Amino acid sequence: MGWLSLVVLAPVLAAAAVWWRGARWSEVEAARVGVGASAVSLILAWLIWLTRDASAVFSGEVDHVWIPALDVHWHLGMDGISYCLVLLTTALSGLCCLSLARERTADEAGQPGRRSLLVLILVIESASLGVFTALDLVLFFICFELALIPMWFVIAGWGDPHDPAGRRRAATRFLLFTVLGSALMFVGFIGIAWQADTLQIDALSVSAPAFTGTLNTLLAVAIALGLAVKTPILPLHIWLPDAHAKAPTVGSVLLAGVFLKLGTYGFVRILVPIMPVQAAQIGPYLAAFGVAGIVYAALACLRQSDLKRLIAYSSVGHMGFVALGIGTLTASGLTAAVFISVAHGLITGLLFFLAGWLKERYGSSDLAALGHGMYRRSPWLAVAFCFGCLASLGVPGLAGFWGEMLALRGAYEVGPTMDRAGAWTLLGIAALGIVVTTAYFVGLIRRLLQGTPSPDETIRHLWSDDPQPGDQGPDDSGRIARPQVTDQLQEAEDDGVVDLDREQGIVTGVLAVSVFVLGIVPGLLSGTIAQAMPWIVGGIR
Amino acid sequence: MSLTGFDWLALGPAVIVAVAGVVLLLGDAFAGVRSWLLGTSGSLVALGGAAVAAAGMSGSDRETMCTQLTGQAALEHQEQCSFVVDDTTIALWWIILVGAALVVLMAAVHADDASMPPGEFHFLLLSSVGGALTLAASRDLVSLVAALELVSLPSIALVALRRDDRVASRSAWTFFLASVTATAITLMGVSLVYGATGSVFFEDVRNAVQAGVGPESALHAGVVLTLAGLVFKIGAVPFHMWVPDTYTGAPVAVAAYLSVVSKTAGVAGVLLLVTGPFGPMAHTWGPFIAVVAGVTMTLGNVAALRQDDAVGLLAWSSVAQAGFVLAPVVAVFAGDLGSVDNGLQAAIRYLGIYALANLAAFAVVAHVRARVGRTDLAAFRGLLRSDRLAGATLVAALLALAGFPPAIVGLLAKYVALRPVIADGEGILAVVMAVNVMIGLAYYLRFAAVTVAPADDPEGDAVLATAVGSGRPWVRAAFGITLTALIATSLWPDLVLRLLV
Repeated sequence: MGWLSLVVLAPVLAAAAVWWRGARWSEVEAARVGVGASAVSLILAWLIWLTRDASAVFSGEVDHVWIPALDVHWHLGMDGISYCLVLLTTALSGLCCLSLARERTADEAGQPGRRSLLVLILVIESASLGVFTALDLVLFFICFELALIPMWFVIAGWGDPHDPAGRRRAATRFLLFTVLGSALMFVGFIGIAWQADTLQIDALSVSAPAFTGTLNTLLAVAIALGLAVKTPILPLHIWLPDAHAKAPTVGSVLLAGVFLKLGTYGFVRILVPIMPVQAAQIGPYLAAFGVAGIVYAALACLRQSDLKRLIAYSSVGHMGFVALGIGTLTASGLTAAVFISVAHGLITGLLFFLAGWLKERYGSSDLAALGHGMYRRSPWLAVAFCFGCLASLGVPGLAGFWGEMLALRGAYEVGPTMDRAGAWTLLGIAALGIVVTTAYFVGLIRRLLQGTPSPDETIRHLWSDDPQPGDQGPDDSGRIARPQVTDQLQEAEDDGVVDLDREQGIVTGVLAVSVFVLGIVPGLLSGTIAQAMPWIVGGIR
Repeated sequence: MSLTGFDWLALGPAVIVAVAGVVLLLGDAFAGVRSWLLGTSGSLVALGGAAVAAAGMSGSDRETMCTQLTGQAALEHQEQCSFVVDDTTIALWWIILVGAALVVLMAAVHADDASMPPGEFHFLLLSSVGGALTLAASRDLVSLVAALELVSLPSIALVALRRDDRVASRSAWTFFLASVTATAITLMGVSLVYGATGSVFFEDVRNAVQAGVGPESALHAGVVLTLAGLVFKIGAVPFHMWVPDTYTGAPVAVAAYLSVVSKTAGVAGVLLLVTGPFGPMAHTWGPFIAVVAGVTMTLGNVAALRQDDAVGLLAWSSVAQAGFVLAPVVAVFAGDLGSVDNGLQAAIRYLGIYALANLAAFAVVAHVRARVGRTDLAAFRGLLRSDRLAGATLVAALLALAGFPPAIVGLLAKYVALRPVIADGEGILAVVMAVNVMIGLAYYLRFAAVTVAPADDPEGDAVLATAVGSGRPWVRAAFGITLTALIATSLWPDLVLRLLV
C-alpha cells in the first residue's frame, strides 16, 4: 500500500476507531486519539519527505489500479507543494482535535456528542490529505467531495448555538455553492480525461500541450469556475462569510485553513500544468478578480461588526492574493499562491481559534458585545490575537508578509499572459488593498483589545442610570455600564477561565511559533515549494 | 417460414420465474397454504434458480426461437431469432433478478397484514418479473411489446392489491390509463415501423433503415412514437405524471418494484431499440432522448425539492434518476463496448447502481410505513439512533442516489453516466446534469439529515425499535444486504461494474 496511503488513511482509521469504541472512550480520550492520528500522519509525511529520492518528481508514490473497469487508480504522490499542504492539514486538524480534548463548557452542554464531531473532523482531514496527494483525477474528485458532507454536518450540527435556522441555512448554502462548482469541474475533468484517455495527473501534465481549441477553453473555464467557488474568488465568495461565522470554532478553522486550499491546490496541480494554454487565457481574469477581491474584502472588513465575519472576509482578501499569484503564471506568483495558502492557514487558523473561543465565552462574536479592553480582561488571548492580526495584515518578519510580497513580485515580473500596463495596474490596486487591510486590522486591535474594559458605547440601551448589584461604577456622566453578557462573563470569571486554558495555550503557541518561524526563515517553505515549480510551470515555458 | 425449436437453457430464467409464480398461486388457492413467508421463500428460490441459470449463460451468446427465412430474405440471413441472450441481456437480467429479490424481501413487511393476499402478490410479482426477463432478451418488435405488457398488467394489479383501499384503487386506475395509453402509442409506432420496413425483426429493420427503404417520414414518426411509449413506462417527462400518484397510493414494496424492475424493463426496451433496429437513425432519436433526459432530471429534481413525504420524494427522485439513465443513451455509439465511453454500458451500469440504492431506500421506507403507519419525513427523525441498521441503510442509499462520497459507488455512477455524454460532445446536457447533481443533493441531504438528527420524541423511538412482525428477519436481511452491497461496492466498485458489462 505504501506509507503515503497510511498518511492519508490514518485519520479515517482513527475516526473508525472512535466510532467503534463509542462511549467506551471518554470525549477527551477520543480527542487525544484524533491528535495522535494527525501526529502519525504528520510524522510519516515528514519521514517520507526526508527519505525521498531527489530525482523523482513525486516522493512516496503509490500507484495501484483500483477500479479496472474505469481505469481509476489509487495513485498518490507528494511533491514540495503537496508536502507543505499535507503538513498544514495534519497540523491544523491535530490542533482542532486538541482543542476538543478538554471538558465541555456549560454552553456546549446541549450540543450533539463531541465524538461525532471528532469523527467528522478526522474524515475531513483524510479527505483533504487525499486531495493534496491524489494523482488520479477521479480519486482527486472523490476526496474533494468527500469532505463536503461532513462539513455540512459540522456547521449544521455544531454551529452557532444561538441560531439553529441560520447555521443550517449557512451550511446548505456553502454545500450547494461548492457542489455546483465541483460538478462543473467534474465535467471539465471528464472532458480532458476523455481526450487524453488517461486519468493520471502526472501523465496528463506531461502531455499538456495537446489541449487546444474552443472545447478545451470551455472545459478549462468549467474547471476554473469550480475551483474559484472553493478558493473563493470574487464574486463567487458569497457562501463564505456566513459559513465561517456560523460554523463552530473547529469548523471555521478547517474551512479557512484547509478547505479553501483545496481550490488553490486544484489550480496549481491541475489547471496550470495540464492546461497551460487555457490557463494563460484565464490567467488575466483570475488576477483581475483576485485583485478586485483584495480591495472588496478590505472595504467589507471596514464595515463588519461581527468578529468571525470580519476574519472570514479577510480570508477573501488573502485568497485574492492567491488568485493574483496564480493569474500571473510566473514561478514567483505560483510559489506565492502556495506560500500564502500555508501562511493563511496558520494565521487565519489562529485568528479563528481565538475568535471562536471569545464567541464561546461571551455567547456572541458581535464586536459590540465583546466590548473593549481585551488586554486587561484576558491578556494572553489578546496578545495572541494582536499577533495574529499583525501577521494577517502582512507585517514584515511574520509569515503573512512573504507570500504577499512574492505575489506582488510575480505581478511585477509580468508573466507570459499579461502586458506590463495591465500587470502593473493590478499591482498598484493590490498595494492599495494592503493599505485598507492595515487600516481595518489596526482599527480592530484598537477597538477590541485596547481601551478600558467595557462594552461598546454604541449600544445605548445597555447603559443605565439605575445601579444594580454587580454593576461597575458609574462613569464621568453618571451612567452605569452594563455589558449585554454580564452573566456569562461573570460565570466564566467565577470558573477561573478568563484566559487561555492549557489546551488553548498549546494550540495558540504552536500556531504563533509557526507563523513566527516562517516569517524569519521563509526559505523553509518557499524552498520546498520552489522545488516543484519547474514541473508545474514546465508546460508554459 | 418455420420455427426451429427452443433452447430451454436460454429461456430458463424466464420460465423458472413464471412457473414458480403459477405454483405459488395454485398452492395458495388449492393446497390452502396461506402463508406470506412461504411465498417469500418460494419466490426467492425461484429468483435464485433463475440467477443460477443466467450465470450459466454468461460469456457466450445464445439464440433461440429462430425463424427460418425463405425466399428473398433468405439470401441475406438464414434465420432471424426472437430471443437472444448476450452480455447486455445478462446484465439487465442481473438488475431485474436482484431487484425483484430485494422487493420480495421488503414485501415481508406485509407478512402479518391480512389485507394483502400472499399467493396473488407473489404470483403477480413473478409474472411481471418473467415479462421483464423476456423483454431484455427480445429481438423483435412483437415480442418486445408483448413482454412489455406482461410487465405492466400484473404490476397494475399489484398496485390495487390491498383490499378495501380506495387510494390504491385510484392509483391503479391512473396507472392503468397511463399504461394503456403508452402501449397504444408504442403499438402505433411499431406498426408504422413495420409498414415502412416490412419486418418486425430487429436485424431486418436495421438493414432496411440503413438501406433507406420505405417512406422516410413514416419511419421517423414510427421511431419516435415507439420510443415515446417506452419513455412513458420509464416515467420520463412529458409522460411522468402517473409516477408520483401511483407510487404514493401503492404499497411501498410495489412502488419500489415499479421504480426499479418495471423501469429497468422500459430502459431495456429503449436500449435494445436504439442500439439495434433504430441505430442508423441516431439523428432522429438522439435529440429526442437528449431533451427528454435533460428535462426529466430537472423537473423531477425540482418537484422532489418540494416533497415532505418520503414516498413522494423517492417517486420524484426516481423520475429525475430516469433522466440520468437516459442521458448516456444519446451516446450509445461513442466508444466501443467495453470502453468507458460507451453509452449503452454506461446506462446499464447507472441503472444497476440506482436500482441498488433506490431499493435500499424503499426498503427502509416500507419498514417505517409498516411500523409507524406514515411516511412523512418527520416519521424518520432520529432513525439512525433508534434503529442503527435501518438508519445507516437509508443514509447510505440517499448518499448513493445523490452521488456523494462516502457512497463512492454513487459518485462513480454519475461519472459513468457523464463520460459518454461528454465524449459525444453534448456539452449542454452535461452542464444540465451537473446542475442537477446539485439540486438532487439538496433534497437527499435534507432527508438524510432528518434521519441522522436526534429524535424529538423518545417514545416514538420505542415504537420503532420494539414493534416486531413475523417478516422482520427478511426485512432486516434486505437492509443488511443492500447496506453491505453499498459499502462493498464503494470500496471495490469493480464488483458491480464488472457484473454489468
